[in-house]
Amino acid sequence: MKVLVFVEQRDGKIKTSSREAIAAAHQIAGSSANVAALVVGTPGDGLKDAGVDTIFTVNKPEFKLFNVMNYTAAAQKAVEEFKAEAVIGMASPMGRELFPRLAARLNGGLITDVTSLQASSGSFKGGTKPMYAGKVLAQVEFKGSGIKLVTVRPNSIQTTVSGGAGNVVELAVATADSKLKTLEVKKGSSDKPDLTEAARIISGGRSLGSADNFKIINECADALNATVGASRAAVDAGYAGHSMQVGQTGKTVSPQLYVACGISGAIQHMAGMRTSKVIVAINSDPEAPIFSVADYGIVADLFEAVPILTKKLKEIL
Amino acid sequence: MKILVLLKQTPDTEAKVSPKGDGTGLDIAGTIIINPYDEFAVEEALKVKEKNGSGEVVIVSCGPADIKERMIKALAMGADRGVYIENTGLEDADSLTTARLIAAAVKAENADLVFSGKQGIDADNMHVGIMVAELLGWPHVNVVNKFELEGKTARVEREVEGGQVEVYQVELPAVIGANKSLNTPRFASLPGIMKAKKKPLDVKKPSDLGLDIGQLKSEIKAQVVSYNKPPQKPAGKVFKGESVEEMVSKVVKLLREEAKVI
Ligand SMILES: Cc1cc2nc3c(=O)[nH]c(=O)nc-3n(C[C@H](O)[C@H](O)[C@H](O)COP(=O)(O)OP(=O)(O)OC[C@H]3O[C@@H](n4cnc5c(N)ncnc54)[C@H](O)[C@@H]3O)c2cc1C
Ligand SMILES: Nc1ncnc2c1ncn2[C@@H]1O[C@H](COP(=O)(O)O)[C@@H](O)[C@H]1O
Repeated sequence: MKVLVFVEQRDGKIKTSSREAIAAAHQIAGSSANVAALVVGTPGDGLKDAGVDTIFTVNKPEFKLFNVMNYTAAAQKAVEEFKAEAVIGMASPMGRELFPRLAARLNGGLITDVTSLQASSGSFKGGTKPMYAGKVLAQVEFKGSGIKLVTVRPNSIQTTVSGGAGNVVELAVATADSKLKTLEVKKGSSDKPDLTEAARIISGGRSLGSADNFKIINECADALNATVGASRAAVDAGYAGHSMQVGQTGKTVSPQLYVACGISGAIQHMAGMRTSKVIVAINSDPEAPIFSVADYGIVADLFEAVPILTKKLKEIL
Repeated sequence: MKILVLLKQTPDTEAKVSPKGDGTGLDIAGTIIINPYDEFAVEEALKVKEKNGSGEVVIVSCGPADIKERMIKALAMGADRGVYIENTGLEDADSLTTARLIAAAVKAENADLVFSGKQGIDADNMHVGIMVAELLGWPHVNVVNKFELEGKTARVEREVEGGQVEVYQVELPAVIGANKSLNTPRFASLPGIMKAKKKPLDVKKPSDLGLDIGQLKSEIKAQVVSYNKPPQKPAGKVFKGESVEEMVSKVVKLLREEAKVI
């Protein structure tokens, strides 16, 4: 089965989660010959050995900033060129904007944010998708004969592949007659990976007490090379930015390591982080619900524990 | 200016949701509410109408009959009327099928602008608004934090990774998917609630929109076949009563040697 992977790069390097998407594609495609990547912009070196024989690129100034109309046109073109029967991307802000549009354009089936694929070489039945903020896992299957589209939740596929010929094919894509113009992308506050893609996250809650106190979380994040998150109570109190909120009305995250500092573990917070691989909780209340999902817990004052954690991590990392 | 709001219903965030014994369906214990993000969509539509000085805000919903109760709540917030699309026979619709029904209604209404929520908090899909835009050939921006309209052109900010913000210029008609920081939804006033019951709420069958149920059913392309509980984690190791230094050391060691994540 021929699979196109929509690859995202950051600073000219392929994102880890895009490597995971390529690994997912291999579960269906069987070999690198059946896997093509689409990357808008100049493909970085990492793509040469990422398990794809064909790399489609689009190098036009109008495509430099993300624009869903242009990117849908590019993906459509790549699908046609490669005769792809499935398209895989990641459940990133870009993937989430692109895939529903692409599915409607190609009249295909769409399953987003899957944590595993139901697939074997040559067959692609569907995938597992957390629903109701992770309270249940749904087994979703494709029906009928159309093209199959999937986005994969970052950090779900734990393997990567290498090899592949990595032949670059430049696509000629007409710029969409755009009723949509991307004017600019305003820089974020952080150069760390986004919460939804981060492999490690350390979050602070209301108990931090002020934006200034969040610096002990930031320092620990630096030692751990983690992205900083927050509970809604911390966000509402103005200690942390909106984009940092983890939970049902914030971001759904699935890192390798999630460290919750002074977070009680309300159902809406847990909804956003319970699929994390390893959870550490630091809380002064031994009865805090967060301990029920924690792999490791420390009952202590976070103002004491977090700086010690930072110090210990610096010693070993 | 005619502004449509796509509104669905969901269990609230506290609801208990679990697979039925045989896994084919869900047991849901909790209150059914307007999908929280759709309230931001309603609020934004009302704000645009107010700023414009004239216009109409129409709520469009597709689903089971009790969704009308949620539509009436939106009418109580100040929307002018509703269009309810029956989904009898299409309970298993996937997002694209739902989008086809809604797109047909949007077309019939000849809308200038459509607001949706960024995401339903049921299946957590983020599909339908975007698909409606594509089916109509309109632009869309989802996860919108800021919306400013000047004539037929909007300046829109969308939140992406690491707090980055993408800034767009969008020509109407368009679909805009509301995020929570877009506004603060108003509460329905008492007179609003009284008036809501008298506001028009049209009921449409798919055939009224020129769509055939059999055809739509045959085109469903993704379907849930079973639901499962997420795997239960074994109880974790929680340390207390020792010196903080000691407890932190133990956890760091476990992270490295047992969990192997650092
Ligand atoms: C519709 C809806 C949606 C929501 N969405 C979200 C969401 O997306 N994300 C989210 O996070 N919340 C969400 N909430 C809010 C949620 O219900 C909780 O109110 C919130 O998560 C609590 O944040 P918190 O844990 O920081 O604060 P609290 O619940 O106040 O907990 C503070 C914790 O810190 C501990 N503590 C205090 N001092 C210290 C100290 N010195 N050292 C160590 N520990 C200490 C306390 O023991 C306590 O457990 C939502 C609520 C609703 C109704
Ligand atoms: N059945 C529906 N009726 C009306 N609007 C809907 C329906 N399903 C989804 N929407 C709209 O599309 C948005 C995204 O929904 P979803 O794709 O289900 O996550 C929602 O916030 C609603 O605005």
